Amino acid sequence: MKASRTGLWFGRGWLSLGFAFLYLPIVALVVFSFNDSPIPNQWRGFTLRWYVQLAGDTEMLSGLWLSLKIAFFTACGAVVLGTLAAYALVKYRRFTGRTLFSGMVTAPLVMPEVVVGLSLLLMLVSVQRALGFPERGILTIWIGHLLLGTAYATVVIQSRLKDLNPQLEEAAMDLGARPHQVFWLVTLPMIAQSLVSAWLLTFTISLDDVVLSAFLSGPGSTTMPLVIFSRARLGLNPSVNAVATLVIVVVAIGVVLASWLIARNEKRRGLEMAAAARA
Amino acid sequence: MSTLQAMRGMFSGRTAVIAAPFLFLLVFFLLPFLIVGKISISEMEIVSFKDVLTFSDGVMQLTLKFGNYVFITEDPLYFRTYLASLQYAAATTVLCLFIGYPFAYFMARAKPTVQPALLMLVMLPFWTSFLLRVYAWRGLLTEGGWAADFIVATGLDQVLYALGLITTPGNLMHTPFSLVLGMTYTYLPFMILPLFGTLAKMDLRLLEAAADLGASPWVAFWQITVPLSKAGIIAGSMLVFIPCVGEFVIPELLGGPETLMIGRVLWDEFFSNNDWPMASSVAVVMVLLIIVPLAIFSKYQAEAQEARR
Repeated sequence: MKASRTGLWFGRGWLSLGFAFLYLPIVALVVFSFNDSPIPNQWRGFTLRWYVQLAGDTEMLSGLWLSLKIAFFTACGAVVLGTLAAYALVKYRRFTGRTLFSGMVTAPLVMPEVVVGLSLLLMLVSVQRALGFPERGILTIWIGHLLLGTAYATVVIQSRLKDLNPQLEEAAMDLGARPHQVFWLVTLPMIAQSLVSAWLLTFTISLDDVVLSAFLSGPGSTTMPLVIFSRARLGLNPSVNAVATLVIVVVAIGVVLASWLIARNEKRRGLEMAAAARA
Repeated sequence: MSTLQAMRGMFSGRTAVIAAPFLFLLVFFLLPFLIVGKISISEMEIVSFKDVLTFSDGVMQLTLKFGNYVFITEDPLYFRTYLASLQYAAATTVLCLFIGYPFAYFMARAKPTVQPALLMLVMLPFWTSFLLRVYAWRGLLTEGGWAADFIVATGLDQVLYALGLITTPGNLMHTPFSLVLGMTYTYLPFMILPLFGTLAKMDLRLLEAAADLGASPWVAFWQITVPLSKAGIIAGSMLVFIPCVGEFVIPELLGGPETLMIGRVLWDEFFSNNDWPMASSVAVVMVLLIIVPLAIFSKYQAEAQEARR
């Protein structure tokens, strides 16, 4: 069916306006990080002084370092747990408590973070009263982020596992591979791409989280989003724009690099498959 | 290796694969909820809360306090807050659907070669910090910001004022308008992606058939495209509505004193008043508010999963 000319232009216009809406704040953040004024929403000329100030901002920098550590361990843990959960949900059609399990895996995706944070904290406090540990800090924040990250990782990995051709695993099994060999040599390489996406996604989610961190952090464990949040609550602050720009640049490089690597691997595998088919 | 051994190896491997994430979720997701439920009906003592079950003089005593729930349901402030949270979440969902449906529709009808790029462009803001993007709106909507200047210059602020979404013309921040705008902005991709998923899969020959049978494009759209994208509409709406009800960061940064939402109330009960049982009761009520949309969502999600297979 051919769309009419007006329909075509209306569609293009709607998409352009939508994308403008989605990207306007990001552009504004970057632009005003170079703005020579303490009020970062009116342009007064170019400066780099907010970046210079940032280099001496120990509160922000130690928060960043803490956040990076937590995000790294969250991403690693979430990919492991997410792979197990996704594998269990896709490969094992029947086991006791499957409905409860699949419900619990996806619930943190939509459950309000204030509820998750509060309940996790109250439990950890009860545990601490009984056993004397854990102290609120990096470990407790990690547990909270791991819960949220596992949910996202499971969804990403699950959708990839479901699309896999089960015949490849069956073939490996027929050729005498043991179940764990099938998993490490056949299944894992085929879902590797989704593991990378899940790792990156959970890393950024952890790096961004305010609410869970606020509930689960203790004295001396203030993550970067908590620093940003407390400054943003008070009003506009150019230091936040400078940090934002750095985060955006790093994330953009990471995403572009990852998608380039994934695309290259796919291409190579495609060529190998073609070569194997010819042989 | 004998068959028996192989079977045992498989069995234990299977158990471990299921048990590790299962136990993690039971301990860190389900158990905390039960604890919150318990604390919400226990009495507050100085710096801590009283155990529901206590032993005194060798006698087990059960102290239950439903006072928090009575207070929450009778106090007009709480009631208004719950109602406001549901209203703002509903308004956000409607706006997201209004912007997102045509957006997803035109994306799905774009040339197949540009679709991956468009999809990437929708996903990309996900990767940059949500907190920072919400903060950015503060700058845009404060007097002198780009969006504020645009809205005032086009006279849209008079319209918003007439609708009662802002309290004085020209002042956009800390109003229901800035709150709903921020939530719409944040959750729009959650609406677009499931809608795009269903619209991209649609069989376009159905529209040709409708045209052959004399239906105008407009009629065909409402009678064929919209009903076929029902699953996407429901999934997207729930993905927007549910987290909006309990949203905390956006009302805190973009809302004002009149836009009190339930997430903020829970936060204040916990951090400012240190009333843990009260905060727990608010959490329980919040979960009850979203349990119906949650059930609808998981039902459709399960159906979609079955349909894919």
